[in-house]
Order: sequence, then structure tokens, then C-alpha cells
Amino acid sequence: MPNTLVATECLECDAVIPWESDTRVGEIVECPECRIELEVESVDPPQLIVAPEVEEDWGE
Amino acid sequence: MSSAALRLGVLASRVRFEEKAVLEALERRGAVCEQIDPRALSVRAGGPWAGPRTVLNREIGHYRALYAAGALESAGVTVLNSAAATSLCGDKWQTSAALVAQGVPTPETVLALTPEAALEALEQFGYPAVLKPLVGSWGRLVTRVTDAAMAAAVLEHLAALPSPQSHIVYVQREVPKPDRDIRVLVVGGRAVGATYRRSDQWRTNVARGAVSERCPLDADLAGLAVRAAETLGALIAGVDLLQEPDGRLTVLEVNDRVEFRGLQQSHGTDIDVADSIAALLTKEAQA
Repeated sequence: MPNTLVATECLECDAVIPWESDTRVGEIVECPECRIELEVESVDPPQLIVAPEVEEDWGE
Repeated sequence: MSSAALRLGVLASRVRFEEKAVLEALERRGAVCEQIDPRALSVRAGGPWAGPRTVLNREIGHYRALYAAGALESAGVTVLNSAAATSLCGDKWQTSAALVAQGVPTPETVLALTPEAALEALEQFGYPAVLKPLVGSWGRLVTRVTDAAMAAAVLEHLAALPSPQSHIVYVQREVPKPDRDIRVLVVGGRAVGATYRRSDQWRTNVARGAVSERCPLDADLAGLAVRAAETLGALIAGVDLLQEPDGRLTVLEVNDRVEFRGLQQSHGTDIDVADSIAALLTKEAQA
């Protein structure tokens, strides 16, 4: 199981976002408090941006 | 060549369960993986291209996936799936036309070039029928119309949409079905697993809350799924099928950047979808 190494703060509500050791750039994390989706922009140092909205042509 | 020397790319702007699993599988195989974010990508026609020579296309946006694949191929990169396969799979009409041309069973489909023509076609076609956007996924904007009044209302809304593509109407016969459809995952010409996708809604997309349950993969199901994937040129494919009331299987669509979380979870450790994809990518890079 991945370990929580560090934590960073939600861009919207400042809640603590747990940060696991296998986190990758491009992953989406959800704030446990305000539920906003955040995208991992950088792993080292840990940096988040607000995740883009779903677009019309997204899918599989 | 040893796989340890391989340099492979995974094209993705969003890293979901599937992308993470494939990246981990590739790394377990000793490959050097480069995650390519298409939001920061530009490619000169004809190259040069300094990045990996073999790239797995996992971009979530259809148009970015399609044009990124085409641009990378122009620069001499091998892309899985190919731009041609993404073009066919990503457009419902192109998918239907290709399946019909190769005799792969698929529900009767009509393409109407205006909403008005669609209403006339529906009179010939009969109700209920299903209207689908040409490009889109997760069951978005797929509409079941049960009579002419409902169809007229939906088509009026389509006519008011700004995109010219929205005015071209894909009409498909509704297949009466139980509360499930079937998803078969095909990798490199082999069916690796299948699931029933159950829902209490008429759309059985996992993105809409449908639940995946393991489906026995018999020779008929596997054979038809592989044939559908091959028809569209997709080396990696999620083939969606329905069973007609008389038991015959029919192919609804083929997904070229398939989501497989539900299928993987329903199979536990019996199959490893991400590793199957990693093995195919490694093989293609060594070819």
C-alpha cells in the first residue's frame, strides 16, 4: 500500500490533502472537505491546480 | 533488444486508474516511460521528434487524442491505437459503416443529414429508436425516443445547437435488452476478459453508475469482439455488445481508449489488463 508522505492544502478551502508516495503528475485528487477536484501539477515539490471541467468530447 | 532499453510514451492529460496501472506495468517490465501531456504538446509535420518512438494513446479528449495520434504518426512515431483506429472508433457513424461493410452484426442505423430528415427517417424506421451524438462517450446525450412528438422536440433542440455536427443525426434501432450490456476487452487480437454492465437505467455506462460483473467469455463472444476490433483497426479495444431477444450478439460500439477499472476489479487477480497492454506496447516497440 502506498504511504502518505506529505500533505498539501486545498486551493479552495485550505483543508489538508493527503499525498501518497505513488502519486503521479496528472492524477486527480478530491478535497476531503469541499470535494473540489484538484489536478497534480507537480510531485516534487507537491503542487496542485484546480482540475479542468469535463469537456464534451471526453470519454473512452 | 532488451525491454530494459525501451523508451515508451503514454499520452494522457489525466492520469486515472487505467493510466496509472499501465505506467506501473510498463515500469515493472523495465521500460523507461515518458508521460506526455497533450496540453503541452506540439509536433512538426514530418518530424523531427525527439520523444519516444512508440506511444500509447490514453488521452481522454477525443479530438486531442485523434490529432495527437495523427501528428505523432506524421513524425514517424508508432501510436497505439493508430490515428485511423481512433478516427473510426471515435465517430459512431464511421464505426457503424465499417462494421456493416465487413458484415459484423450491429443494430440497424440511419444517418440523417438534418434534423428534419431525421424526423422523416424515424417515420420509416419506427419507434422506439435511439439518437446519439456522432462523437461522445459515457452515454452523454444519448436519447431514447418513443414517439414522433418526443422525437420532434428532441430534434428541435438539436437544430438549435451551434455546432454543424450536432445537426447530423445518428439514429439507431433500439435493441430490447435486459438490464445489462456486455463489454469485452481485446488486446492485440485476443479477448482478455468480459463483463456484464448492469444498470437500472436504460443506458448501461459505468460512468452512469452501472455495475460490472464478470461475464463468461465463450468462443462466440470472444470471436465477435476480436472481429469488431480488427474491423476498426484497434489493437486495444473495449467492444460493447448486446444480446438480441433471440440470443444473437450485436456490436454497439468499439472504444479505442478503453476504461477497464470495472472489468479488472470483477476479475481480481485472474487477469491483468494493464500488463496485457504493457506487453503489447513493449512488443510493438521491439518490432
